[in-house]
Parts: sequence; C-alpha cells; structure tokens
Amino acid sequence: MADIATRHEPGSHPDLPPPVTQVGAIGWARRNLFSSPFNTILTLVALYLLYVIVPPLVNWAIIDANWGAGTSRAACTLPGACWTMIRARFGLLMYGFYPLDQRWRVDLTFFLQFAAMAALLIEKVPFKKQSAIFLFVIYPVIAFILLYGGLGLPVVDTARWGGLMLTLVLSTTGIVASLPIGILLALGRRSALPVMRMLSIGFIEFVRGVPLISVLFMASVVFPLFLPEGMNFDKLLRAVIGITLFSAAYIAEVIRGGLQAIPKGQYEGAMSLGLNYWKMNALIILPQALRISIPGIVNSFIGLFMDTTLVLIVGQIELLGMAQSSARDPNWLGTINTALAFVSIVYFTFCFSMSRYSQYLERKLHRGHKR
Amino acid sequence: MSVMSDARRAVSRRWLWQNELARGVILQVLVAAIVIALAAFFVHNTAVNLHKRGIASGFGFLDGVAGFDISIALIPYSLQSTYGQAFFVGLLNTLLVSALGIVLATIIGFVVGVARLSRNFLIAKLAAAYVDVLRNIPLLAQIVFWYFGVLTALPGVRQSLDLFGLKLFFLNTRGLYMPAPILQTGFWITPAALVVGIIGAIVVQRWAHRRQELTGQQFPSFWTGLALIIGLPLIVGLVGGFHMTFSLPVLKGFNFAGGTVVLPEFVAILMALSIYTAAFIAEIVRGGVQAISHGQTEAAYALGLKPGLTTRLVILPQALRIIVPPLTSQYLNLAKNSSLAVVIGYPELVSVFMGTVLNQTGQAVEVIAITMGVYLVISLVISGLMNWYNRRIALVER
Repeated sequence: MADIATRHEPGSHPDLPPPVTQVGAIGWARRNLFSSPFNTILTLVALYLLYVIVPPLVNWAIIDANWGAGTSRAACTLPGACWTMIRARFGLLMYGFYPLDQRWRVDLTFFLQFAAMAALLIEKVPFKKQSAIFLFVIYPVIAFILLYGGLGLPVVDTARWGGLMLTLVLSTTGIVASLPIGILLALGRRSALPVMRMLSIGFIEFVRGVPLISVLFMASVVFPLFLPEGMNFDKLLRAVIGITLFSAAYIAEVIRGGLQAIPKGQYEGAMSLGLNYWKMNALIILPQALRISIPGIVNSFIGLFMDTTLVLIVGQIELLGMAQSSARDPNWLGTINTALAFVSIVYFTFCFSMSRYSQYLERKLHRGHKR
Repeated sequence: MSVMSDARRAVSRRWLWQNELARGVILQVLVAAIVIALAAFFVHNTAVNLHKRGIASGFGFLDGVAGFDISIALIPYSLQSTYGQAFFVGLLNTLLVSALGIVLATIIGFVVGVARLSRNFLIAKLAAAYVDVLRNIPLLAQIVFWYFGVLTALPGVRQSLDLFGLKLFFLNTRGLYMPAPILQTGFWITPAALVVGIIGAIVVQRWAHRRQELTGQQFPSFWTGLALIIGLPLIVGLVGGFHMTFSLPVLKGFNFAGGTVVLPEFVAILMALSIYTAAFIAEIVRGGVQAISHGQTEAAYALGLKPGLTTRLVILPQALRIIVPPLTSQYLNLAKNSSLAVVIGYPELVSVFMGTVLNQTGQAVEVIAITMGVYLVISLVISGLMNWYNRRIALVER
C-alpha cells in the first residue's frame, strides 16, 4: 500500500525486476510444467510415476539382465531378465518345429512378402499394379509351395509350424482372405435384394456378437461334425477359416461406413453412364469407398494380428504359445516375464508400425476432404 | 439401398436374364437354395456323426450331475450340482467380471483420455505412452502377464504381504485376503437408508433444476445430494447400530482362517481387461473432446461460465454424443474378451461350459450353441442399453 502512495519524480523510479524468461528450457518448463499450482502437482505426480516405473524397468531389462548364452536357467545369475532363454529358444520362437535344414524356405517366403508389401505400401516405388498382382495372385501360390512343400520340396506338415512364423501365416492369410469376403458382405448388406441383405446382416451381426474363442472352438470341435466321415480339413486350415470369417464381419462394417460416405450422385452418375451393378461398384463406388476406409481396415488388421494369439487355446502353438511353453520348460522355469517381454516387443513392433502407417494414410487421405 | 430400386424400371427384354427384376429374383432363389442345401448337408452329417458316436442330441444333459468343482461360484455349487447349475455359475462369473471391468475401464479410460489432452507436457506424454504400449500388445499376453508374471509370483501364504500394515488385508500367491462382513438380523436398515438417500438426492436435484429454470435461483443440489447419500445411512447406522460384525483373516497353520478371499485368477482377468480396454476408451474420449471446436469453450467463457461449468455443461454433453457409439463397441469387446480368462482358469462361461462340460459330455453342438446364444444376448443387452442412453443424449434437431 505504501508503495503506491510513494511518489517518484519522473526518471527516478527504481528499476523493476526483469520479467521471467519466456524462452529456452526454463521458459518452456514454466509454460508446460509449472504454469499453475495444480499443474505443478501434476508434474510432480508424473515425475514420481516415471521414477517408479522407468529405473526398475531399465534395470530389469538391460542393466541387470543376462545377455550371455546358456542352456538352462542356471546360466542366468543376475536378477534381471533372462535373455539367455530367448537366445537358446530363438529358433523355436521363430520357426516352431519346422525342420532345421528347411528353415530357409520360411525366410525366403517372408522376405518375398515383405519386399512385395514394401513395394505396394511405400509411395515412391513404381509398379504398384504389378506388385499388387504379385502379392495377391502369384505370391499365395509360391508361399504355399515354399511353406508346405511340393514341386520337389519335401512336405512339412502344418503340425510342425509354430512360433512367429505361424503367427505371420495366420495373420497374412486372414488379412488377404478376409478383405474380399468383407467387401462382398458390405455390398450384400446394402443390396436391394432382400435375401442377400438378410443373409449378410445375419452373418455380420451374429459373428460380431460372439467372442472369437467360441468361433475357434466351433471350427475345431463342431466343424468336423458337419462333414461326412472321412472327409476332414487340416486343423490349421480350420483355424484360419474361423479367423478369416470372424475378421471379415468386422471389415464389412468398416467398408459399409465407407460406402455410406459416398454421395448418391456417384451412384446415379455411374448408372446414367449405363454401368451395371458390378461395374458401377468395381469402377466407381468401391475405389472411393475403400480409399476412405483404409485407416479402419488397417485397424481391423491390427486387431486380427493380435487375435491370432487366441489359436493357442485350440492347440496351435504360435509365438505367445511357444514363449509360454518355453518358460514352462523345466530347464527354464521362472522366465515367464522374459518370455512375455520378448513377445510384447515383437507384437508391439508390428502393431505400432501398422498403426503409425494407418495414421500417416489418414493424414494423407484427409487432405482431399478438408475444406 | 434404394439405388437399385430406382433403376428397377421394368424394361421388357426378350430374355429373362436381361430383365433386371427377374435376374434379381433368380439370383436370390439360387443363393437361398445353396445356403439351405449347405445347411441341410451339415445338419444331416452332424446327425449321422453323432449317431455313430452314440451321443444323444438334445438338452437333457443339462440335468446330469457335473461332478467337478469350480473355484469361484456366486451361487451354491457342489460336486453334486448339475451341468445346468455349472452353466449358471460360469455365466454369473462372466457377468461379474464384465460388469466390474466395464466400470473400471471407463474410469481409467476417461482419466487417461483427459490426461492425454492435458497442457502438462509430462502428463500428456505419459498418457500417450500408456495408450500406445497397451493397445499394441495382445490382450492374451497381458492376461498371462498379470496372472503368471505378477500374481502367482507373489510370496507364499506364510510370507504374505500385509497391505497398509493394518493386519486386515493380506496379499499372497493364493489371492487377496480381507475382512468379511457377517450380517445380523436388522441389517437391512442401513442399505434401505442408502436407497432412501439416493432417491432423495434425485428428487432434490430435479426440484432444484426446475426451480432454477423457473426463477433463476440456484440451489446447492450437489452437496445436498451428497449429504443425503452419505449422511443418511451413516446416521441411521450410528443410531440404530450397523447390525454386522467382521470376520478377520488370521494366519492359522498353512492358510488363513476367517475373512474372505479374492482369487488371483479374478484379479488378473479384471486388471488385464480393464487396463487394456481403458487404452481404447482413452483414445475415444480424446477424439470426442477434440472434435468439439474451441469456439464452444470461448463462447462459454464469454457467457461468464467458469472452466469447470464449461466442461460440465458445454463440452462434455457434446463430446458424449461422439463418444458413446464407439464406447458401446468397446464395452461389447470387453464382455466378449472376458472369455479369454479360459487361459488362466478363471471359471467363466467359456472355461466352465465350453471347456469342462463339453469335454465331459461331448455335446459339442448344444454347448457351443448355448454359449454363442448367451454372448449374443449379452451383446444385445449392452448395445440396447447404450442405444437408449445415446438417444437420451443425442442432439434434438428441429
């Protein structure tokens, strides 16, 4: 109060303190971390959480971890993760029980797949049409012959497939097969023909209402009952069919969303050009609808990729199953957390890159629609 | 849908195939015939196969004695109980974990979603990391982690962790032991007071709302309601006595006596489900809030609303319209994902019914049909409830 009353002659006012810095690290921290008392409390809580989570995790996974080679749990002397187990079991985790001398076939298959996918997904690479035809028409045949056998290659029974290789086979087959079925179901749901519409709606809503496990149980237990005696499918193929049909129902709903976003004028324009139903959809409607629904489709694929873990419940030993059984091995008891950490890192790498790609696409596609 | 019907001009052509209407009918008859034939083929094969294996079809097996034990049963269940009772035990366990999971996932999801929007750099990044990490690791791996990695790695019974140091809560590899209330006659008075308090709070809130609309006078209905809901049961309990005692868990020999125990299977599946689903809900919440334009906030401030009221009266009601539909499908996913508890042996519907009962009876068709039917009904009920809620909060347009 007294200060206000104090009068200063012009020019004799004492210097005010300099304003608090708004730039640099301190300015940034003031703005983002300590702008208000509540914000400061939040920052302290966050710092405490980081302190609780990060150092123990780093200690466990890196500093106190066992990186050396070994043949049993005894080789892991440090308290942290036992990466020794992953080293010893790496072959099993990647290829399952695929014969050692044939593993190059798996490598080659997935090398081809990732090369073709890179050619298709990276914008700057030319020959999009050719790589699409290769990936969706020629490659499945090559992959089947390489993985299963034939044409002079010894047959490797599907019971010996496992680990990450099985995960990739299941998810890739599921993705490639479920997309066309999903498109047909989405078209069927919007069809003017009541029988098609009812069948599509019935299938989609039924599948979306039940858990994947029950579909897999049905594929593994009930499906053999449906067939005449003697006629039987491969166990793995039945699981693939279950996963594919399950994921097709979800993809159908994503594509239906895309179809609904197409203005009616597009249909009318296509019909006024004299196109019939299939030509109209294939040339005018679907290219636009699919473009809009790509992010949703990629998200469904991520879901499908993670859902492949469920086949371990019906006895297919994919990556998670293999990791779990490795940790149950009497030689490696007590390494379950290491096994799960490894599985999580693998899944995270695949899913995170897929979701980042989908976000990138979303941004890129959004440009045209933004006003 | 009307696209085709617009074009359904009856153009008379020479060939039936060139008439669009006729072509549609033929196509549909053909598809229907194929579907029916396939179904008949499957049904016939199933009947033949079941006959050969000597399995009688029908639901009579539900009355058979189950003869296996279930670790968690909300209704009386023993070795002499029937398969039908085992079914209900499993169903109740599924419903229990789904309902609790939905509540927990919603709470965590909203907190993380709002935290992601925080102006605080650290909080926002922590929430983003939570979402990114948990969404991209399969739920099954997370369930296995919580069960085998965390809960069964806890110390044994004799080295139990004494939570909060009160000698009331004990955590060990067999689960969480805690005091159990023993109810005595006259106990119902306190819950009845709670119900009365809740009803009273609703009445006061409605009255205050109407009065404010009519006269503009405000009434502290929130605090009054809170006082009614908490205070009334407390006063009734203190005056009339709570009519209950607690049985405390005490270590006797190799196990705890008294109290009640929450089994690790239940804790593991509940934590995994709610933490995993919360990551998805957080993204939905963030998207919903971000979709509300900043002009709404500015307009609310211009009207003189405080930040808290702005969020409650302006932002949240609009964001909820965007949030609720995808939230519904997350709830459905959670209910369906509860079936993954089969891997850790939590006795829910799939593990009890599609696992044990199916193995014992061999009634594959009936068991799987019942299980799928139950999940369909659960899905329908959840989406029905959420659709009702969605209609209530939807934008009322002219």
